Amino acid sequence: MLARLRQPFERLGSAVMSRVWRLGFAARFFGYMLMHSGTAFGRFRLTIREIYFAGVLSLIIILVSGLFVGMVLGLQGYETLQRYGSSEALGILVALSLVRELGPVVAGLLFASRAGSAITAEIGLMKATEQIAAMEMMAVDPIARVVAPRFWAGVISMPLLAALFSAMGIFGGYLVGVQLIGVDEGAFWSQMQASVDVRNDIVNGVIKSVVFGVAVTWIAVFEGYDARPTAEGVSSATTRTVVTSSLAILALDFMLTALMFTGGNG
Amino acid sequence: MAAIVEIEQVSFGYEASRPVLHDVNVRIEQGKVIGVMGQSGCGKTTLLRIIGGALRPSAGTARVLGAEIAALGTRELYALRRKMGMLFQFGALFTDLSVFDNVAFPLREHTRLPEAVLRDLVLLKLEAVGLRGAAGLRPSELSGGMARRVALARAIALDPKLILYDEPFTALDPISLGVVARLIRRLNDSLGATSIVVTHDVAETLPFVDYVFFMADGRVVAEGPPQEVARAKVPFVEQFVHGRPDGAVPFHFPAPRYASDLGIEAA
Repeated sequence: MLARLRQPFERLGSAVMSRVWRLGFAARFFGYMLMHSGTAFGRFRLTIREIYFAGVLSLIIILVSGLFVGMVLGLQGYETLQRYGSSEALGILVALSLVRELGPVVAGLLFASRAGSAITAEIGLMKATEQIAAMEMMAVDPIARVVAPRFWAGVISMPLLAALFSAMGIFGGYLVGVQLIGVDEGAFWSQMQASVDVRNDIVNGVIKSVVFGVAVTWIAVFEGYDARPTAEGVSSATTRTVVTSSLAILALDFMLTALMFTGGNG
Repeated sequence: MAAIVEIEQVSFGYEASRPVLHDVNVRIEQGKVIGVMGQSGCGKTTLLRIIGGALRPSAGTARVLGAEIAALGTRELYALRRKMGMLFQFGALFTDLSVFDNVAFPLREHTRLPEAVLRDLVLLKLEAVGLRGAAGLRPSELSGGMARRVALARAIALDPKLILYDEPFTALDPISLGVVARLIRRLNDSLGATSIVVTHDVAETLPFVDYVFFMADGRVVAEGPPQEVARAKVPFVEQFVHGRPDGAVPFHFPAPRYASDLGIEAA
């Protein structure tokens, strides 16, 4: 009887212990990866190759999504602003929404699903097909040779993708607001220029996208490296990457917004 | 003759409650081709992983190329591995690199050779396995046997003193199998290396190895030159060599009496 009562608590304790252990492992993995990042910079062509796979190949989805998000912002923003007779402020609304929030967050979510999942699947499959073990047997550290270049490529790509997302979104807002609806072009651009602050808006947006880049790529490389070396293991690691990094982006976004844009800054 | 691998009283388990190796003793002399044979799950790949430094024994000592495996840090282990080559079960070629770049990989990582010298060396290694003409192919364009030969060329790229083979004959057709078996022998002799071949393919392995260890349930149950061991009256070896379905390794998994399970046993 007592044993049966004890069982759920034992299971809970074991689940908590295993999560804490995995978190500790992820932290040690992150530290080891940073310490062994010399190859990623010393042989920068390895990182450039990964920037192509993580960044360049994500361009289409980022640019198209940015355009449509900007167009929707233009439509919705105009609809609300014109009720108060301030439709000329559409440029400010579109730009601030994108630069502060939607650019980093939506680009981060898209990056997690397009590039993060691909990084996890690639490293996981390398593990399942013994390529990682073969590298270790050739006295080549896979974390320095495989993981670190992918990590730094993600960290470098993410802010660039977020910036392109925002730029494309502003263009989408311009297309709908100015070209389609007929908001004054001069007011659209001049109000945007006057109200968007480099330090408070753009730099904070860039900081967010760098943080999201670190979080997504860290989760992606860790999940790939820690994946069970089976088809099912790689598949569930890829799913975990998308789910965990999406949640991490949203939680980090809230924390960063609370730190950056409250207390009179915004 | 000098021993290149000395395994003394080595025990190992992935979980403390389920040991995989029990008090294993193996001594391997320089220049020989050694077969380590046994059923799936008998611990032979685990033994190979201990020799390669991928696992540390939980008891006993493993000395490889003069170094005690358990005492090595990462840097020393990697230095030791530069003197080793390993052929994995399915080749483990890097799928994003061409055949040429796969063989060039260890040379590029560990040497600063000019590209022209490196090219000559890679072509030399590929010629040794008969695949110089496949240098420009991708791993996905190779048959299983060709992939294994490319992996073999990569394993010998740095002229290792010790070459480890993990099930090199798995899923190969008879021609590829014969080619790989001959290459193992020929490359070992021409490089002056020592080779350890972990396999369960009796007919293909016994003719070309110098010495063989038979393993069962994590223990070495017989060892010696192949002809002597094949003649020895060890029940497991007899059953294994002749592929008999029942014997030292029973056909039936332990179970209650059949009649009792069917409910027809007299009370």
